[in-house]
Amino acid sequence: MAHGEEEPNHSSSTQNHEPEKEDGKFNAKKVILEHISDSHEWHFFSYPSEGGYKDVALPLPCILYNDVNGFSFFLFNKLHHGSVDGYSLNAEHHIGRSDGEGFYDLSITKNVLAMMISSILLILLFRTAAKGYTARPNQAPTGIQNLMEVLVSFVRDEAAKPFLGNKTDKYLPYLLTVFFFIWINNMLGLLPGGANVTGNIAVTTTLAIFTFILIITGSRKHYWMHILNPPGIPFGVKIILVPVEILGILTKPFALLIRLFANMTAGHLIVLSFLSMIFIFAQMSPIAGGGISLFSVAFSTFIYLLEMLVCALQAYIFTMLSSVFISEAIVEHSHSEEHH
Amino acid sequence: MELLKPELGLIIWTTIILLALIFILTKFAWKPILKGLNDREKTIAEALNTAEKTKLEMAAMKSQHEALLNEARQERSLILKEAKDMKDAIIGEARDKAKSEGAKMIEEAKREIDNQKMAAIIEVKNAAGNLVLEVSEKILRRELNSKDEQVKYINTLIEQSKLN
Repeated sequence: MAHGEEEPNHSSSTQNHEPEKEDGKFNAKKVILEHISDSHEWHFFSYPSEGGYKDVALPLPCILYNDVNGFSFFLFNKLHHGSVDGYSLNAEHHIGRSDGEGFYDLSITKNVLAMMISSILLILLFRTAAKGYTARPNQAPTGIQNLMEVLVSFVRDEAAKPFLGNKTDKYLPYLLTVFFFIWINNMLGLLPGGANVTGNIAVTTTLAIFTFILIITGSRKHYWMHILNPPGIPFGVKIILVPVEILGILTKPFALLIRLFANMTAGHLIVLSFLSMIFIFAQMSPIAGGGISLFSVAFSTFIYLLEMLVCALQAYIFTMLSSVFISEAIVEHSHSEEHH
Repeated sequence: MELLKPELGLIIWTTIILLALIFILTKFAWKPILKGLNDREKTIAEALNTAEKTKLEMAAMKSQHEALLNEARQERSLILKEAKDMKDAIIGEARDKAKSEGAKMIEEAKREIDNQKMAAIIEVKNAAGNLVLEVSEKILRRELNSKDEQVKYINTLIEQSKLN
């Protein structure tokens, strides 16, 4: 995004590479969707070359499975030159099969690679921080340990302990991992050229499934009794309430996955939309484009700063709600029945 | 919408990465970090407790110290008082003794004087007796020479003694 702000012309060539080939018009929807979607190559920029544009992109390994061919491994850029094992690029620049057969796509996509990079970063960061505790036990923290300690104790004391109480230690490793995984991927997604990992519904679905599994495996009889036979409720109401409660088992993790996905995607959409306005107006007249760029850059910078807050906030909300939902399920004794 | 369709491949990869991340971070990061945090919190709490205890102990020691000082002060004044009393007693006793001794000595002196006086009187009496005897002897010796005069003399003596 930074290059979009500083060098609009160059950026436009990067972003609307494909649409310009088709009809020469800037297609904002396609540009934005390409930016926030997963991809089989990590696209950095394009530059004008004789008769068109050349891409600078890192081709990523494709791992595809099909009943006919079995597993196929190849780099994505091979498909630019023709079909491989019956796979070829379709009109939308996606992998398809010429024979129309179904296949499984297990490729290391941009998002997968981004997750691997952020995971390695996390491991390095926290490994360094953890060394401080073994090297200097019971001493004041220093350097990176100091920074991480604030965050770790924040998650422990604000997102886990108030809800999980004495069960905190059991779920804390998961909650910490999820918090930092979401946060670092949110932040890296904001970088120009970064992958929109947490704005991908598959990733948020997986995170929600993890929480859901923890809710179900940790649940006690009390939790299920409250859902299937809410105490102190008249029978007529129960007929309505019980199905709602049963749905609630699923809506809680569903809300988690939608919330994270929608927040992160919305942030990217707004920033990209503001920047796209520059090019839409520039097609009408260069002066309009120049004028609108002041407005666009100012607003997208503002949204960008807001997004940095949202990154931390969404990570916190996901973690906090996960521990709330888990804590509801693992309640052992039925103290709440006394209130009914 | 393509955006809302979760891709199976990405779900599988995310699951693998998350599981690995949870495992690795738990083993190499969360456990040592949380243990370090807990240990340090415990150490700090202990240090604070110890400080509080030491403070209380110090206060107790101070009050004890003060109590000791007070006691010492009281003892000192007591000792001083005792010494003064003793001094007074000794002086009084000495005075009494001196007085009684003096009285005794005066008494003795008086008695001695009396004795001496008595002895002197007796001596004087003896001397007077001897003198009388000597005189009598002399008189007797002279009287033997003349009978008449002797009778006359005796008669005067008798007369004298009768007068007594």
